[in-house]
Amino acid sequence: MLEIKNLYARVEGKEILKGINLTIRDGEIHALMGTNGAGKSTLSNVIVGHPKYEVTEGSIIFNGQDLLAMTPEERSHVGIFLSFQLPVEIAGVSMTNFMRAAVNARREALKQEPLKSTEFLKLMRDTQKLVDIDKKLVSRSVNEGFSGGEKKRNEIFQMAMLQPTFCILDETDSGLDVDALRVVAEGFNKLRTPQTSAIVITHYQRLLDYIRPDFVHVLLDGKIVKTAGPELAKEIEDKGFDWIKE
Amino acid sequence: MSENKNAYVKQVADQQYQYGFTTDVHTEIIEKGLNEDIVRLISSKKGEPDWMLDFRLKAFRYWQEQTEPKWGHVHVPFIDYQAISYYADPTAKKTGNSGESGKIDPELEKTFDKLGIPLEERLALSGNTAVDAIMDSVSVKTTFKEQLREKGVIFCSIGEAIKEHSDLVRQYLGTVVPYRDNFFAALNSAVFSDGSFVYIPKGVRCPMELSSYFRINARNTGQFERTLIIADDDSYVSYLEGCTAPMRDENQLHAAIVEIVVMNNAEVKYSTVQNWYPGDENGKGGVLNLVTKRGHLRGVNSKLSWTQVETGSAITWKYPSCVLSGDNSQAEFYSVAVTNHHQQADTGTKMIHIGKNTKSTIISKGISAGKSQNSYRGLVKIGAKAEGARNYSSCDSLLLGSDCGAHTFPYLDCHNNSAIVEHEATTSKISEDQLFYCNQRGIPTEEAVGLIVNGYAKDVINKLPMEFAVEAQKLLSVSLEGTVG
Repeated sequence: MLEIKNLYARVEGKEILKGINLTIRDGEIHALMGTNGAGKSTLSNVIVGHPKYEVTEGSIIFNGQDLLAMTPEERSHVGIFLSFQLPVEIAGVSMTNFMRAAVNARREALKQEPLKSTEFLKLMRDTQKLVDIDKKLVSRSVNEGFSGGEKKRNEIFQMAMLQPTFCILDETDSGLDVDALRVVAEGFNKLRTPQTSAIVITHYQRLLDYIRPDFVHVLLDGKIVKTAGPELAKEIEDKGFDWIKE
Repeated sequence: MSENKNAYVKQVADQQYQYGFTTDVHTEIIEKGLNEDIVRLISSKKGEPDWMLDFRLKAFRYWQEQTEPKWGHVHVPFIDYQAISYYADPTAKKTGNSGESGKIDPELEKTFDKLGIPLEERLALSGNTAVDAIMDSVSVKTTFKEQLREKGVIFCSIGEAIKEHSDLVRQYLGTVVPYRDNFFAALNSAVFSDGSFVYIPKGVRCPMELSSYFRINARNTGQFERTLIIADDDSYVSYLEGCTAPMRDENQLHAAIVEIVVMNNAEVKYSTVQNWYPGDENGKGGVLNLVTKRGHLRGVNSKLSWTQVETGSAITWKYPSCVLSGDNSQAEFYSVAVTNHHQQADTGTKMIHIGKNTKSTIISKGISAGKSQNSYRGLVKIGAKAEGARNYSSCDSLLLGSDCGAHTFPYLDCHNNSAIVEHEATTSKISEDQLFYCNQRGIPTEEAVGLIVNGYAKDVINKLPMEFAVEAQKLLSVSLEGTVG
């Protein structure tokens, strides 16, 4: 369970989050919508501990642990995963080496033996099939020369490899055509267990047709101004945000 | 830079140089200073023939008229050539009687064991590498000499070769790097101590990797390596070179010459993993690595490749070069140079195209961290008769942090219109976003840097023989531990 209380945060001296309160229980999907610059990505970056974002007030508790006191990699090890809005390219580093380092770093943190090469390669192959990602993508360098859609698929592939319990999908649907969107969303649904919870950040209803949220929140100017069921997303799609502001 | 990252940078200071120990062994060191008598003394200690002494004396007289070169993008501290001892022999017997040979001091054996270089043949790394182990001025042992001899391959110290294979040495020594080549080449030619000699006869593919391991131990001495490799027609050899030194507060001088001669259809691969002591985090001490390495592709269809991973030394000043005389000859230069703290590297290559349809490739990867300066300097020269010559150069620089420097000095001198010469260069920085991406996937920053740097250097590392490649990868990660800000 993730519990955010009275969270204030700034980036490069500018206050972006102005008192966020949000509780996400195991198994729940929360959609987060809002205008550009409202603070959606800031919130996800603060949860995963990006050093550029400074928390000035408030707390985030994850399964009883003080998340803000943990390093980004420790947060990853306890099961938090961010599907980046803009995944970076890392030239020369193969997906295989990258994932091996990630999987084994987590295993080390959990006091497990590193995976043997054969076990690891089998995990790669099985996961590849599960999320239906092209074998060729996995044999290339991390995101290097990938199209926008390929990068997003690769995020879901990594999610499948690391089996997190709490996921943040930061505009995972942007830049995807309808077919790619379905593949990515279905991939995510396959990975979900009854305990997996998630924040889904999106501008569009269509992703939420595949990933059904339990709650929809509207974030405006650093605060959650409205919370309702899935019907709210539909209403926003039709009417925009202005009616909420008023 | 956040506080957190500053802490990473500070951690560099705590990083240990793994090979910094000293060996407590009786070493015969001649008095400091350099004059004709010293040159004569070195020659007589090595029991050299007269022609060798003449060569040394000519070089010495020439050296006296020269001054140190100043064109490098490095700041070389003042070197007092009279304050250095030019000969240190850790194998000398305490009684002064060097008559009984063959028995190696256990301390020396232990030292090389600790460095991962077993001198016992049965303990050899892969069972397929012969080693010439050199400490200070003397070759301690060369392994697998007999097995190689059966194939006609000569692998021994240059000192032994001068005595035992005098004609071969005399025919080739100084023909690739003449003593008049430069200041340090003249110095080396006058006082060189030990190094390796390799001769691969016609039509022989050397059955094992040959390697030399250089170790500086004694204080206030210089090491003047001299290596000569001759690959006769239709032969092949892969040669590896490794080096380390103890941590000392003062600078140590290593001024080497490596000469390679490649005849018709022959191929030589020369790989270096250079890990001399780089000095401490404030730039105190460290090896001054001032080296002239050159190969002469004399034969048609001959091939030579230099692969180097340079992580050590306070100052590195070296340009493993190729003179492509033979028609259709091919030369390659693959380099990764890492500098950290106050290290300075000015390294690159020269590709001199003389023959027709000659081809050269240059792949250089510089990685700078800390307050270091890392320069690539390369010359591609296409002679008037080098019809159809081709060169491809790619020089990349990777910066870690904002206090270091990366520089590229490419020179091109083309005298033939049919030549095709390409040059590419990039400079990049490991970004905070890349590191964070790794962190988010659970990879700690240190490991992420190692991963990214090894990915960056992959094209060069892949050219190394397997065991060296693994060692080089580790070395890259260790050299850059905690450098990202």
